[in-house]
Amino acid sequence: MHRREGLAKLTGRERYVDDLPLEDFLWGATVRSPAPRGRITGVRFGPSVDWREFEVVDHRDVPGPNCVALIENDQPVLAADRVRHVHEPVVLLAHRSRSALRRAVAAVEITVAAEPPVLDFRVAPRPEQVQYGADNVLKHLRIEKGDVGRALAAAPVVVEGTYETGAQEHVYIEPQGMVARLEGDVLVIEGSMQCPYYVLKALMHALDRDATRLRVIQTPTGGGFGGKEEYPSHLALHAALLALKARRSVKIVYDRAEDLAATTKRHPARVRHRTGVTRDGRLLAQDIEVVMDGGAYVTLSPVVLSRGLIHAAGPYACDHVCIDGRAVLTNAVPFGAFRGFGAPQTLFALERHMDVVARTLGIDPVDLRRRNLLRDGQSTATGQVIRDGADREAVLDRALTLAAWSEKRAAHRVGNAADPVRRRGIGLATFFHGAGFTGGGETALRSRVHVAGLPDGRVEVRTANIEMGQGTLTVFTQVAAERLGLAPDDVVIAPADTSRVPNSGPTVASRTTMIVGGLIERACDDLRRVAGLAPDTRGDALGAGLVRWHARHPGSEPVGVAEYQRPPGVAWDDATYRGDAYGTFAWGAYVAEVEVDLRTCAVRVLDFVAVQDAGRIINETLARGQIQGGVVQGIGWALLEECRWADGAMANAQLTNYLIPTAADVPAIRVAFLETPYPLGAQGAKGLGELPLDGPAPAIVNAIADALGVEPTVIPVTPERLSAMRSAEWGMRSAMP
Amino acid sequence: MGNAECHAVSAPSPFRTPHSAFRIGFTLNGAPVSVSISASDRLLDTLREGLGLTGTKEGCGEGECGSCTVRLDGLPVCACLVPSYQARGRRVDTVEGIDPAALTPYLESGATQCGACTPGVVMAAEWIRAHPDLLATHSIRELMAGNLCRCTGYDGIVDAIERALADGGPRG
Repeated sequence: MHRREGLAKLTGRERYVDDLPLEDFLWGATVRSPAPRGRITGVRFGPSVDWREFEVVDHRDVPGPNCVALIENDQPVLAADRVRHVHEPVVLLAHRSRSALRRAVAAVEITVAAEPPVLDFRVAPRPEQVQYGADNVLKHLRIEKGDVGRALAAAPVVVEGTYETGAQEHVYIEPQGMVARLEGDVLVIEGSMQCPYYVLKALMHALDRDATRLRVIQTPTGGGFGGKEEYPSHLALHAALLALKARRSVKIVYDRAEDLAATTKRHPARVRHRTGVTRDGRLLAQDIEVVMDGGAYVTLSPVVLSRGLIHAAGPYACDHVCIDGRAVLTNAVPFGAFRGFGAPQTLFALERHMDVVARTLGIDPVDLRRRNLLRDGQSTATGQVIRDGADREAVLDRALTLAAWSEKRAAHRVGNAADPVRRRGIGLATFFHGAGFTGGGETALRSRVHVAGLPDGRVEVRTANIEMGQGTLTVFTQVAAERLGLAPDDVVIAPADTSRVPNSGPTVASRTTMIVGGLIERACDDLRRVAGLAPDTRGDALGAGLVRWHARHPGSEPVGVAEYQRPPGVAWDDATYRGDAYGTFAWGAYVAEVEVDLRTCAVRVLDFVAVQDAGRIINETLARGQIQGGVVQGIGWALLEECRWADGAMANAQLTNYLIPTAADVPAIRVAFLETPYPLGAQGAKGLGELPLDGPAPAIVNAIADALGVEPTVIPVTPERLSAMRSAEWGMRSAMP
Repeated sequence: MGNAECHAVSAPSPFRTPHSAFRIGFTLNGAPVSVSISASDRLLDTLREGLGLTGTKEGCGEGECGSCTVRLDGLPVCACLVPSYQARGRRVDTVEGIDPAALTPYLESGATQCGACTPGVVMAAEWIRAHPDLLATHSIRELMAGNLCRCTGYDGIVDAIERALADGGPRG
């Protein structure tokens, strides 16, 4: 099936939040903190502006608790007396003219008595820098399996390495945007978002307003990648406060510079490995220490850390593992959800380190991985026994074959010796990604899905899960149509509007197809029961049955309901961090071939092969597109995308100097799927949205190492950084870290 | 430091000063239009706000992302970088003027995901389709390098253009 809303997007008819018709509205804008940390000593409204024309909102206008409800309610809607990061929202303005508004924002002067900020997450804070608990540690977690100390002491070889990954900006092409308007007593919020019920919760809390007087509607969302998971709650609250005060509709749409500078990014991380191995490459012990930069507030950092740690030891069998991790507060703009959610950071470190281990031992990196890949019946770091029937070695072999691994290695040896200015290399990463919420998260969410029978015999699927490009509308249509034997046109997907759909959980964590899709199947079955139809009723008979039901029950409708229940045999202990961290994992093996120009140190990816087993693939075109897009986002993270910081602010908040890959920067991404069905996922599917971010960076940097014989440990491997590494090798001094 | 940095964040974008409005005429998607603009208006705003054609998207406002690509006398340009008065008397083509029947290859190849870059991609791609001779000196990937897409990894877009070229010339 083709993408359901595809033609609307191709013809430009799809209306995003900034395209919605809106009568008699004000534009909203945000005045932000100029300093990374300090006490607000004054907010001065300059004389160049006639302030009577403007609606002005500050923290005193927040009717309820002044915080954006999430995991911990520590982040203010609008800063009251202190600021903790540059660009923290302090004052909101609204005006009918966008240009007048921009001049007004510039005329507000916020003065801050500076306090010492924390600007480097890798350095322990001095006492005067402590702003959270006793040590700025937002979350500390530890995963232990066996006795890593003894195993390391007894290991014949111990290999150490430290790896760092930088912040990454989502660069969804549609910037953040939100509209707030009043319909009678109901405050309606419409905008670009992944999680309508997160927004609803934040509105209820800070506005002290019950759900009956609130309605949150997702508009077609022009990319999210996690960047529209928690952040839209801020825009929604800002637009709402202005609209409530002005009693007019208010629209806030960030321009790209504001979006880049003020919204969340991928957590920077440092990961240290100490690995005990036998001389022939069997893993004996993995001692892993992770530090992540959480930024100025807790936001989602505890969960990002958790997912990062659970993935840190990789898809390998090892009896003795210790993974210790902290997310720490700094005075950076808060870091947040980004596709992969901590796993790409720890998997970069792990897979880069595996190559270092292989080189230390003098064995082939393929052999090292093959020897240690999990087999069914073996367990992960949390003690989760893997028995999903997937053949991880077959995934690896398929990738090696498609990439012509051995042939290319041989050809590179010859070619590199002959070429004075270019070196080619090939690199590999094997990895996994857990689908759905971590640990007991899905059980706690208790997601609900409704499938209603309509009077004309069609059905309507009602979930809060949204389309942001990944194909939710199409896949949900396919799942319901297949379950009920209906044509796709007979399946209506309800808009993600909290007044119409139940809370089926957020559109995050590679959970939409696998978990919510599975709930749709069960709700379809339940619809038959509710409508008094036999369990095998399909197609025309089902449609006719629904029409009959409506004729007999005027003014009512049959609704099939499904609620998430923990699958039998799945157990997780949050206190000890032991057990089944995810319902299942998808498995990947990615191979990158690169060419490095020795004169410029520019790295070009020549070929990329992405092989995965993510269960049954429901829509090949959509799944392949997800993998290709994720890989290219990963290529950007590995080679190009670098946030430059100056006093806690992003110094390159423009697409002119924050570079993401163009079509000319990347090769065709060659994708293959092995399909071992997962019985609990919709049609046997596992989640795959985040998986493709995990493999590219280590595969590419391993290829660079193969080409040059250096071991880069920090991404992005920009030409500047690689040049500095090579200069250092030659004993030359360099300014680069 | 201070506010300068802060304001830089929320600054760029058009200033619309209603006092200096004047009218211009141009050919939009084959039909003549007349619209009131001010001297500093960007073609992007004139299309979206003045003429209600919201198919053309703003992604960056600085000519980097290509989401606002339209064709000016046939050539692809970023509408965020074109002062509206430069359109006077010229031919402007937007995504709204593309024949939907021409878009099947894009649908089949998965050339659109979130759709925010898509109208710009379609306008650049249909330009290639109208001028296949460009491929004698440039690759499709080079010609599309002015259009950032964060979803597809570009394969779906490149495949679609190849498929469209195989189908024949533009119908838009």
